[in-house]
Amino acid sequence: MTYREAARAAIRKALREDPRVFLMGEDVGGYGGAFAVSLGLLEEFGPERIRDAPLSESAFVGAGIGAALGGMRPIVEIMTVNFSMLAMDQILNNAATLRHMSGGQFNVPLVVRVATGGGRQMAAQHSHSLEGWYAHIPGIKVLTPATAADAYGMLLAALHEPDPVFIFEHATLYPLEGEVDEAAQLIDIVHASVTRKGKDVTLITYGGTLGKTMQAADRLAQEGIEAEVIDLRSLRPLDTPTILASVAKTHRAIVVDEGWRTGSFSAEISAQIVENAFDDLDAPVARVCSAEVPMPYAKHLETAALPKVEEIVSAAREMISRHD
Amino acid sequence: MTKDEIRGTVLRALGQIAPEADLSQLKPNLRIRDQLDIDSMDLLNFVIGLHKEFKVEIPEADYPKLATLDGCVDYLASHGGT
Amino acid sequence: MTEFVMPQLGADMSAGKLLGWRKNVGESVRRGDIIADVETDKADIEIEVFTSGVIEKILVQPGEKVPVGTVLAIIRQEGEAAKAEAPLAPKAVPSEAAPAKPVAPVLPPRPAVTPSEPGRVHASPVAKKLAAELGIDLASLAGTGPGGRITLEDVQKAAQARAPQPAPTPELDRRARMRQAIAAAMARSKREIPHYYLSTAIDMSRVMAWLTQENLKRSVEDRLVYGVLLVKAVALALHDVPELNSVWSAGKAVQLTDIHVGAAISLRGGGLIAPALHNTDRQSLDELMKNFRDLVQRARAGSLRSSELSDPTITVTSLGEQGVEAVFGIIYPPQVALVGFGKITERPWSSGGQIVSRPVLTATLSGDHRVTDGHRGGLFLAAIDRILQEPEKL
Repeated sequence: MTYREAARAAIRKALREDPRVFLMGEDVGGYGGAFAVSLGLLEEFGPERIRDAPLSESAFVGAGIGAALGGMRPIVEIMTVNFSMLAMDQILNNAATLRHMSGGQFNVPLVVRVATGGGRQMAAQHSHSLEGWYAHIPGIKVLTPATAADAYGMLLAALHEPDPVFIFEHATLYPLEGEVDEAAQLIDIVHASVTRKGKDVTLITYGGTLGKTMQAADRLAQEGIEAEVIDLRSLRPLDTPTILASVAKTHRAIVVDEGWRTGSFSAEISAQIVENAFDDLDAPVARVCSAEVPMPYAKHLETAALPKVEEIVSAAREMISRHD
Repeated sequence: MTKDEIRGTVLRALGQIAPEADLSQLKPNLRIRDQLDIDSMDLLNFVIGLHKEFKVEIPEADYPKLATLDGCVDYLASHGGT
Repeated sequence: MTEFVMPQLGADMSAGKLLGWRKNVGESVRRGDIIADVETDKADIEIEVFTSGVIEKILVQPGEKVPVGTVLAIIRQEGEAAKAEAPLAPKAVPSEAAPAKPVAPVLPPRPAVTPSEPGRVHASPVAKKLAAELGIDLASLAGTGPGGRITLEDVQKAAQARAPQPAPTPELDRRARMRQAIAAAMARSKREIPHYYLSTAIDMSRVMAWLTQENLKRSVEDRLVYGVLLVKAVALALHDVPELNSVWSAGKAVQLTDIHVGAAISLRGGGLIAPALHNTDRQSLDELMKNFRDLVQRARAGSLRSSELSDPTITVTSLGEQGVEAVFGIIYPPQVALVGFGKITERPWSSGGQIVSRPVLTATLSGDHRVTDGHRGGLFLAAIDRILQEPEKL
């Protein structure tokens, strides 16, 4: 099934199995969701459980926090990560903080699904990758499913978490096909996965850039360079041991991240490697990130701004080739 | 055997038990034990070495006379060390 | 076919450097023969073979440092046909790298240190680390990385080229490495082993009187030192409390039948080694004395054998000659006990209602509480005392 169908199947399963679960967000009901993830759910579950929210992210995320405090298991959908900025006060000052400030008396079992990323000509107010900002916040979990299986499994696992979980779904992934085991038990949402084994260089990525990174690894393999690919899956908590173990083996690391370079999550990964695996490195950590511009609308400019397979390949090639 | 020859042989026996020591620095009138940090097993090996070289039977009661390099030379010279 | 592997000579050894072979391919060896010399952090060790047969193949060349367990050579056992090589060959040579090893690589000309670059050496962290470990001078390498950076591969190639030359090991380096090895073993012991300590005072008058009489009868070469009596008494006392003669392995104590007392020998200028006196309990005092003397002499000369380092089942340390009254030692893993002896001093001693002067020795036991308790440890010290009261039976 597609990534979109996998996310829908997970929501449907949760709605069926747990009466405390409901879905809330802009256009999730009558319209079926901006990316058609919730298409058909209103007909199946009715307006009590598939709730169209007014155009106020602060209001409906706040309502989700309140419902979670009151014992519900809300799934809140935010149309794009750019719009989630409007709810930042609720997220940072309430969702991430209430357990701490109440001395553990209140927890917020809220799941927020957020579409993220560029590549669809949606321009500078709908296309950025800001999940790294969320990973900065203690008190929440930040998941980035890159496959249909994770889109399905992570949502169900997130609903079992006692604290807020943010799931960032890269919008270019929705039509992608993948295997999903609907009978599987709750999946691990803490560890990164080594998607491809290799010994020459570690390519670290997550979410929307996993596909490009795997393509780059295929190209490198044709040149005799064996790249190891790590899909981080979770940005917070970050599975640093998996990264370090790989770097200890390959001695080289490239971070591929659709976010901007400056002050970014890719910088965090690079810092972790340098802090903890300095003596394992045979080359400086390299990064392939988006150009530091607001995302352009024009197709060729947007393509130019986003990380490209060729950039990953040449970064690896440059790092490995001999210069004698 | 002259005293110098006896001295040379004694130093060789010491070299056997303390191969790492610089015997040229050994003060002839101070206790060997203190200078070379040797223990009773080394001492016994040393006495056995002297016994083999000089064919002299050295009773345990005489060990104190062998405490310094000079003492060894005198003792062996007076006990017919050949 | 038997694989002759790099032995583990003590808990703290992870790798050893082959210094040389004493036998060549085709030569026959007997169980117990010394066939190779290996350098460890503590000493140069003569390595014995435990199979009789013919050396079929040598897989590691002098100068190579390999991890414990690496196959050094293949030995064809007596009666085994040489043809048996064929099916074994793939196993003995598992990696594509192995067959290339016996060919001595041609030494590349070493580029002179470039005086025009007097500042920092431009090398990657992992290259620097490996170069430091192998003692390779980075300034002598030409970097092939971006901007002339010396990479891991550059250091590995240089190391390969140099491997056949045994690097000179300065004494200071050896001493520092021995210190490191002791540090690792002792830190591990204190981290993992819950020690308990017991001590008891032993009246040595009978032992010393017997020894003086005995030595009067003996020629220089046959004389005994009291340390040998102590070692023998420890070995015999283990018959009473055999669980102290154990090793801790994979989370539990494994009791051993053979008793090999490790005699702690301090090396002048620092460092310590505790090689085994094999089957201590079954040796006569004369044999033990001869072997102990030989062991001390060889420890000083740096020619101990592999089995002497790997076999001890309990350690005895005596610091009495330094004037120490009592020793509370740290157990050498995987052993589970250590016996310490202080110096013999004349002390007031109550005997039959009288205060008399007696030579007294303090014996201590450091025990691993995972394996034994103070009660059993106390019985063990009492057994040593009892045995020492009848020196003629030693």
